[in-house]
Amino acid sequence: MKSHIKYLTIFTIAVLMAFSCGQTGGTSGALGGDLASRSFVPPGEHDEFYAFISGGFSGQLAIHGLPSGRLFKVIPVFSVDAEKAYGFNEETKPMLETSYGSIPWDDSHHPDLSQTNGEVDGRWCFINANNTPRIARISLSTFETEEIIELPNSAGNHSSSFVTENTEYVVAGTRFGVPFPQRDISIDDYKGNFKGAISFISVDQETGRFNLEFQIMMPGFDYDLAHPGRAASHGWMFFSTYNTEEANTLLEVNASQNDKDFIAAINWKKAEEYIAQGNFTEMPSRYAHNVWDESTQMATSTMKTSVRVLDPEKCPGLVYFLPTPKSPHGCDVDPTGEYIIGSGKLAAAMTAHSFTKMLDAIENEKFDGDAYGIPIINYDDVVAGVVQQAGLGPLHTEFDDKGHGYTTFFISSEVVKWKVGTWEVVDRQPTYYSVGHLMIPGGNSQKPFGKYVVAMNKITKDRYLPTGPELCQSAQLYDISGEKMELLLDFPTVGEPHYAAGCPADLIKPNQMKFYPLEENNHPYATKTEADARVERDGNEVHIYMTTIRSHFAPDNIEGIKVGDKVYFHVTNLEQDYDVPHGISMIGANTSELLIMPGQTETFVWEPKQVGVWPFYCTDFCSALHQEMQGYVRVSPRSSNIGLSWSLDGE
Amino acid sequence: MIVGALLLLSLFVFPLWNISLLAPQYPEPIGMDIWINKITDHNPNDIQNINILNHYVGMQDIPEEMEEFRIFPPVVITMAVLGVIFGLIGNRKLYLAWFIIMAMLGSAGMYDFYLWEYDYGHNLKDTAAIKFTDSEGNPMAYQPPLIGSKTILNFKAISSPMIGAYLMFLGMALSLYAFFKGKKEAEHG
Repeated sequence: MKSHIKYLTIFTIAVLMAFSCGQTGGTSGALGGDLASRSFVPPGEHDEFYAFISGGFSGQLAIHGLPSGRLFKVIPVFSVDAEKAYGFNEETKPMLETSYGSIPWDDSHHPDLSQTNGEVDGRWCFINANNTPRIARISLSTFETEEIIELPNSAGNHSSSFVTENTEYVVAGTRFGVPFPQRDISIDDYKGNFKGAISFISVDQETGRFNLEFQIMMPGFDYDLAHPGRAASHGWMFFSTYNTEEANTLLEVNASQNDKDFIAAINWKKAEEYIAQGNFTEMPSRYAHNVWDESTQMATSTMKTSVRVLDPEKCPGLVYFLPTPKSPHGCDVDPTGEYIIGSGKLAAAMTAHSFTKMLDAIENEKFDGDAYGIPIINYDDVVAGVVQQAGLGPLHTEFDDKGHGYTTFFISSEVVKWKVGTWEVVDRQPTYYSVGHLMIPGGNSQKPFGKYVVAMNKITKDRYLPTGPELCQSAQLYDISGEKMELLLDFPTVGEPHYAAGCPADLIKPNQMKFYPLEENNHPYATKTEADARVERDGNEVHIYMTTIRSHFAPDNIEGIKVGDKVYFHVTNLEQDYDVPHGISMIGANTSELLIMPGQTETFVWEPKQVGVWPFYCTDFCSALHQEMQGYVRVSPRSSNIGLSWSLDGE
Repeated sequence: MIVGALLLLSLFVFPLWNISLLAPQYPEPIGMDIWINKITDHNPNDIQNINILNHYVGMQDIPEEMEEFRIFPPVVITMAVLGVIFGLIGNRKLYLAWFIIMAMLGSAGMYDFYLWEYDYGHNLKDTAAIKFTDSEGNPMAYQPPLIGSKTILNFKAISSPMIGAYLMFLGMALSLYAFFKGKKEAEHG
């Protein structure tokens, strides 16, 4: 009997172990397979969403698909890109001009998409350059950077670039207070002398063209992030601030002393009234405005010389401060426009302000003093609720379409889902590691598409195959369609992704430019037929009017070039078919290749330094005879009498 | 009868025939539309793209000008006018005659089309970059099908009538109908 009990016990334990092992193994196995299928996009099929993920210190903008995470294109915006000749060919060099001269790099942070009636419309993507303050506009028909405007009086263009609900403005703030106007003063004279400019850039609804309409010269706090009001709060813009202490040294301590900083609420409709009344100062300034013209396929850079400036002290009703703990980073507005969420990055809680309460407090002057003449609203008279003990170091919030907020916590490295209105935490999931921002497609709009959230991580440590000391940053995709968030996918990103924007692919796909119609190419050096291909000399300058079509250059034999000439290759791609670019590169040319889309003309400069016969070739595998697509240029001594000649197949 | 004859004039408004090339890397097939007086792109730039592809195997460019483009329009107009006159005369035997002439002209047209296709597919440049041979070692020909589909290297070529041809066939059918209806009436009368 005893032994029976013994056997029974052993049997029971064995069954229990088998059961529990089976359950553990079974769960992870089944879950793993299921998860993979949910981010899997079969070969040949398209992703459901586009994701526009900032390249951070790469200065560019990466285009991914969701849910697959696949990378399709890196659009050069603020940094040169030898692959695409951006900043190297004659056509795009003006795009990188600034009041400081040409700059080959910047730090791109926060993409945002154009909107109509508070919904993402798929026309343009905007992104900011943080270091030398600029805003760029990218066409979502060509996926090319079309315009860059510099922002005067600004430094550390961080709380940018956020779009109002009919794309009336792209709004840009400044992280650094700087002397206004810039002058030679002691850094210790920070307080009162340093200002933070908030810029309102209007967008032409037809062409997308920018104009810096006005700047609001705010106190010298650090303006960190922003979001527009929407629906009822349309017409307002909200900015988080830190360093309301106005420290100018050891900010990690000195800018972290106040229990509360502010969210600045700016009534831009009111600003428009002040501008219309002429209640502004026209300030001399210098800032570059660079525009790409699709017709001439060239960029031009114009230096602007003045900007209209509004002083909030002289403009009552323009700005209010909402006390918000503690050094808030994210400043996010829910889809209804009622709640403004401040993520106090040095706190454990997030603060939700109510737009309705704010208007009431303003009307009844429930103020708690002012800062530089700007009324500070009583904290208790504007707060709607607090998400308590949600995590450590809240950074940024986006919303789904079911009344939830999703907030990243940098220090505790997690995404937390909570309920708007009750402020209860619903779910939390870890990130790997140290998440910065997150993105839900349509996040900055009245109509989020709450199917996925993408978390963007600053640190990856052991998550991928190691690549020496420098590791990739990453994005993580969570399914948020259910009550619990589920991590589906983990993928590396280009540079450091600070923020992203996303939208359904169907908004963008139908508007795609497939190639540039040759008849609409008004480039001054375009060559529309092989018969027009030629070489012309103008003193030491030689202009080669060259064409490409599968699989040859015309001309492909050129003689009469001399040492010391400045040779312009103006190359027109005569192809009129989808996905048939040609490239060209010249041995020893001190520049990049050209990568020329069908119907486009691009130009590179070659200054031959040695006598000889020098080859060039097509760099984009264009056809079965791509490897035959090549040519020669004969370079003679300066004293040579050999005249210009050119040919293709002896003709 | 008159309606049938007038339907011929639709050939000036609609293309007669289409040849399309399908391949995986051409998710949208490239094709040309053949009219009585011209050959046009089915989608913008298709002819340029067909020429680019075909030049590797030494095929000629698709012609912009052909003798046929000058002959066909007056023939079509003549037949339409003739058909209307026959209709006005109201002699049903003339209807049959019109149909027979049309059938002969149509056959001649198809034969001419075949000859052009044969030349287009066989008359290759000696300098072609790519020279394929068939299993017997003869130079490969790239003649498109007269009607229906055919695999040519990596492409599937499809040749089919378009709305102009269908309207012409309808016109011819109407002339036959007029003939038989007239016959019946004659018998009853």
